Amino acid sequence: MLGFQDWGVTLAYVGTIVSAIICVVYGIINWNKPREDETTEITEELEWENHDPELREGDER
Amino acid sequence: MKMLFLGVIVVLYLSVIALLGYKGFKKTKNASDYLLAGRKIHPMIMAISYGATFISTSAIIGFGGAAAVFGMGVLWLTVLNIFVGIFIAFVFFGLRTRKMGHNLDAHTFPELLGRRFDSQFLQSAGGLLIFLAMPLYAAAIIIGGAHFMATTLTIPYEVALIVFVGIVAVYVIMGGMRGVMYTDAFQGTIMFVSMIILLVSIYASTGGIVAAHTKLTELAPEAVKIWGGAGHQGWTAMPVFWSPLWQQLVTTIVLGVGIGVLAQPQLVVRFMTVKSGHELNRAVLAGGVFIMMMTGVAFVVGALANVYFFENVGSIALIAADKKTDTIIPLFIKSAMPWWFTSLFLITLLAAAMSTLSSQFHTMGSAFGRDFIENGLKIKVKDSMTISKLAMIVAILLATMLAFGLPLFYSEGTAIIATGTAIFFGLCASAFLPMFIGALYFKRMSATAALASFWFGLGVSLFSLVFIHIKESKPIGLCNLLFGVDTLIPAMQYLDPLILALPISALVAIVVTLFTEKPSDTVVDRAFKSIG
Repeated sequence: MLGFQDWGVTLAYVGTIVSAIICVVYGIINWNKPREDETTEITEELEWENHDPELREGDER
Repeated sequence: MKMLFLGVIVVLYLSVIALLGYKGFKKTKNASDYLLAGRKIHPMIMAISYGATFISTSAIIGFGGAAAVFGMGVLWLTVLNIFVGIFIAFVFFGLRTRKMGHNLDAHTFPELLGRRFDSQFLQSAGGLLIFLAMPLYAAAIIIGGAHFMATTLTIPYEVALIVFVGIVAVYVIMGGMRGVMYTDAFQGTIMFVSMIILLVSIYASTGGIVAAHTKLTELAPEAVKIWGGAGHQGWTAMPVFWSPLWQQLVTTIVLGVGIGVLAQPQLVVRFMTVKSGHELNRAVLAGGVFIMMMTGVAFVVGALANVYFFENVGSIALIAADKKTDTIIPLFIKSAMPWWFTSLFLITLLAAAMSTLSSQFHTMGSAFGRDFIENGLKIKVKDSMTISKLAMIVAILLATMLAFGLPLFYSEGTAIIATGTAIFFGLCASAFLPMFIGALYFKRMSATAALASFWFGLGVSLFSLVFIHIKESKPIGLCNLLFGVDTLIPAMQYLDPLILALPISALVAIVVTLFTEKPSDTVVDRAFKSIG
């Protein structure tokens, strides 16, 4: 198939394209997920910035 | 005209890099910025940066050249690169890594493992291993980049080396993770465009997709004539099962590099640079396509170069390239593509090498500075950034010295590139992967189990490199010196060290976990907060 000699290589060729398609489809379906994260995210972000030991006084936030 | 064009695009390229490096420098205010780009990187930049770091000159030139020998079976590595290196890495490792890194306030991969298992020793040992082993991988990238620059611009290797390392060093040290990721994204874009042109050209010049494959299939007797004894059956067929060629292709190239990518510290740390989980999901989309266009195209072009050379020069690619695997892709570009593309391709390779090297420098610096000196030796300085910068300078000097020295010891500089890359991938996977999976998914896994798996993975890998895997054990020579043979287990001489070390390391992790006490709830609860 596709001009190849054996199925091992045909599978690899098709597999390459299918894997990339899986990534694209996954990315589109989960574009805005995990959604429930958002409020926790904001709270965590604030908490993080308040407690981040790496941040020094007077830094831009 | 050609030199002028090349000169202009090199200057243009370097100016954009300088600008982006400066942008990173301006936006970097503290250690979180310096180590994790302030955890606010755009998903697209993250995905391309991850891809560009993942793919180096070694993948395009080294493994592309390998495809000219092994044939299209190498595409199994692309399948793994996309499915394991992107999909599984982002979805099953990335989301949790980001969350846990945030929960534990971790800024580096060893710091994440150290805090998760509540073991400062683990963090320092991990940092030290990365600092000691990564210069080999970095040197491999430097050698590849500098060699190509020296040949194309006709300047001495030493000069090319200093210029190449110098440019990357400046923007990494100054711009930190932001500088690294901005330049990565730019470099990744150049790589992407260039590979699209290459893909279209190769199929156009060999008569279309199926026609090109058929022509390659018809060349099979040529391959069998040379490598038939080692198991070769043609460039569009897999080698004979368990033959030396099959073992090399499947264990070292496909599995070694394909799985090894999951525990690469310079890649793992990128999961911690994005703001939220869904940005990682978005990054999967771009990442998958990017990798397909990188290794997928390089391997197809490498294999089909045989058709091109056979039709035009009357010999297969390897013979046309004087039996030097690493020369096949550059030679193909030079002979088959228009002159302006050769210049563009030089920039592409520089971009591929620089984007990988910049992350290596950054990772070595943070591993030695933050994980080993600051955490292990307890030497505190006013801010974390300074110590990472100093450590980075040490790491850069070390890698540069290796890149100077290694080609002097081995006449064939080409072998060093692929070997250096494979050794580092294997070591990281064997030492870190089982405990990384444990850290993310198994609350029960103890610190003792993590450490045991680390030592066993590392130990078995090193043992195999020195005493079993003939590709390394022979040039190292210790096995021959002690026992008078090049390998202790001839039956396993072609099996990649990872095939032995990774299962042992995983088994040790499981057994030791079963026989040790479960870790304290405080640590586990903190690490798994809102992860479940």
